[in-house]
Amino acid sequence: MSLLAVERIKLLSTRSPWWCALVALALTTGFAALVSATLSDASGLTVALTQTGSNFGLMVVMVMAALAITTEYRFGTIRSTFQAVPNRSLVLLTKTTVVALLAGVIGELAAFGSWGVAKLVQPASDLGLDSAAEWRQVAGTGLIYALAAVVAVAVGTLVRHSAGAITLVLIWSLLVEKMVMLIPKVGGDIYRWMPFNMAGHFQSSGLSSGGDGTNPAGDMPLGPWASLGYFAAFAAVVMTVALVVTHRRDV
Amino acid sequence: MIEAVGLTKRYGRTVAVNELSFTVKPGRVTGFLGPNGAGKSTTMRMILGLDRPTAGDVLVDGRHYRDLPRPLRHIGALLDAKWVHPNRTARAHLRWLAKSNNLPRQRVDEVLELVGLGSVAHRNAGAFSLGMAQRLGIAAALLGDPQILLFDEPVNGLDPEGIHWIRQLMKRLAAEGRTVFVSSHLLSEMAQTADELVVIGRGRLIDQSSTARFVERASGTAVRVRSPQLERLRTALASTSGAGVRAEDGALVVTGLTSDQVGEVAAAQGVVLHELSPQRGSLEEAFIRMTSGAVEYHAEESGEHLHLRGARGAEGTEGTR
Repeated sequence: MSLLAVERIKLLSTRSPWWCALVALALTTGFAALVSATLSDASGLTVALTQTGSNFGLMVVMVMAALAITTEYRFGTIRSTFQAVPNRSLVLLTKTTVVALLAGVIGELAAFGSWGVAKLVQPASDLGLDSAAEWRQVAGTGLIYALAAVVAVAVGTLVRHSAGAITLVLIWSLLVEKMVMLIPKVGGDIYRWMPFNMAGHFQSSGLSSGGDGTNPAGDMPLGPWASLGYFAAFAAVVMTVALVVTHRRDV
Repeated sequence: MIEAVGLTKRYGRTVAVNELSFTVKPGRVTGFLGPNGAGKSTTMRMILGLDRPTAGDVLVDGRHYRDLPRPLRHIGALLDAKWVHPNRTARAHLRWLAKSNNLPRQRVDEVLELVGLGSVAHRNAGAFSLGMAQRLGIAAALLGDPQILLFDEPVNGLDPEGIHWIRQLMKRLAAEGRTVFVSSHLLSEMAQTADELVVIGRGRLIDQSSTARFVERASGTAVRVRSPQLERLRTALASTSGAGVRAEDGALVVTGLTSDQVGEVAAAQGVVLHELSPQRGSLEEAFIRMTSGAVEYHAEESGEHLHLRGARGAEGTEGTR
């Protein structure tokens, strides 16, 4: 238990997580305000549309998560950490838990904040969370942010350099997954199984109106909750690799 | 108590630490002496379980570091004063360390006062001078009130006052019965603080002995002697037990004998002396001489290699030549 407190102190006693949280919230709610304000007709505003900025927030949260571990390597505090607690796996799992929890909270604040802002801007719109799909779209954001944070911490642990780790997670989730579709014949099939695409599917499936309810790769192989499970499994695999590598190598 | 047995660390084909065996005992300051790149920091990281030995073992109080419950209560270390987050306050840095080993929170303020950082505890560690950072590192090492302390080059870059403070602190910690293991590349520094020395070069153990003994042996008791009957004197000296003789630009340099003894040998042989002078090289020179065969990176100095000898050689393997 005290290790959770350790990682909480470490995370929140520097400024960057606070800034990242603020930027993530500002981006998501900002987009929601922009989108809803530019709509001429309140009836055109959907729950999915209020979440337009969600992916931007996700990027910022992944940057925060990667930094949480790479700065430890950069400043050498990882050595003090492993000196204080030689069980490296325990340290990393605790850190991941704390970062993921914070990411989850940011995700919920961002999602419901965006939804609330949109409602304020267009009071006449129908933004009731009436279906399971709409609940996933909004409340599911915290889950996705938390799992993505796990991926980012794991990648940061493996790469150990801030710039490298951030580049890798951003390029992967923004570019590489979609570029896979350029591969002739099998590209679409591979893309359907890409982790961040799966994460997107968990949130957007079943929402036909407004947002990108249809997947560019066509029919997804898994249902929304199975997709989330797939994304979680992906995060777990990357994390396991990070734990094994960290256990073996010198710091 | 720290025990290293056959400790070896290889990075690819480079051998950083080579079958190093030594013990560090409580109640005294043990210096870990060696030129830069000799493997001191690597050894210390292996003691703390940060680096994995390629072969051999190092135990802290009979246990591997990773098996110590709440290790900060057993062993405190300052390996690098820069291992702090620059945007975290000194107090926050110590707070998470204390929390990690279930140490009471007031201990943080205690050690901050102890190292004289009480008034700047709220400032970011990144704004600290090297001296202040070093004090913060020492505060972290003392946090768990450990019986064993490791310091890696603690006086590097400090002003004279800081150096004096650290020396006194190490002596006090040892006087309290703790094990203090401190590395340095300066023999003169170690001569002032360490009771015992573990000397390494190129990752190998050169010597483990008391500082007094090492200094005596390192600086040696060479005597320079000139005489018109040099050959006769040389033969006479060479047959004296324990003496080492070598020729040096028209004179003899005798090791293992005092100037009194050399004078007596000369008188017994009826040899005229033109010069009889005890030579006392500086400690640093002696240290360089003893480790120069074992220095990782050193400038080529012509002629220097002619006088190389290992620490074991100082005991008289030069003998008669």
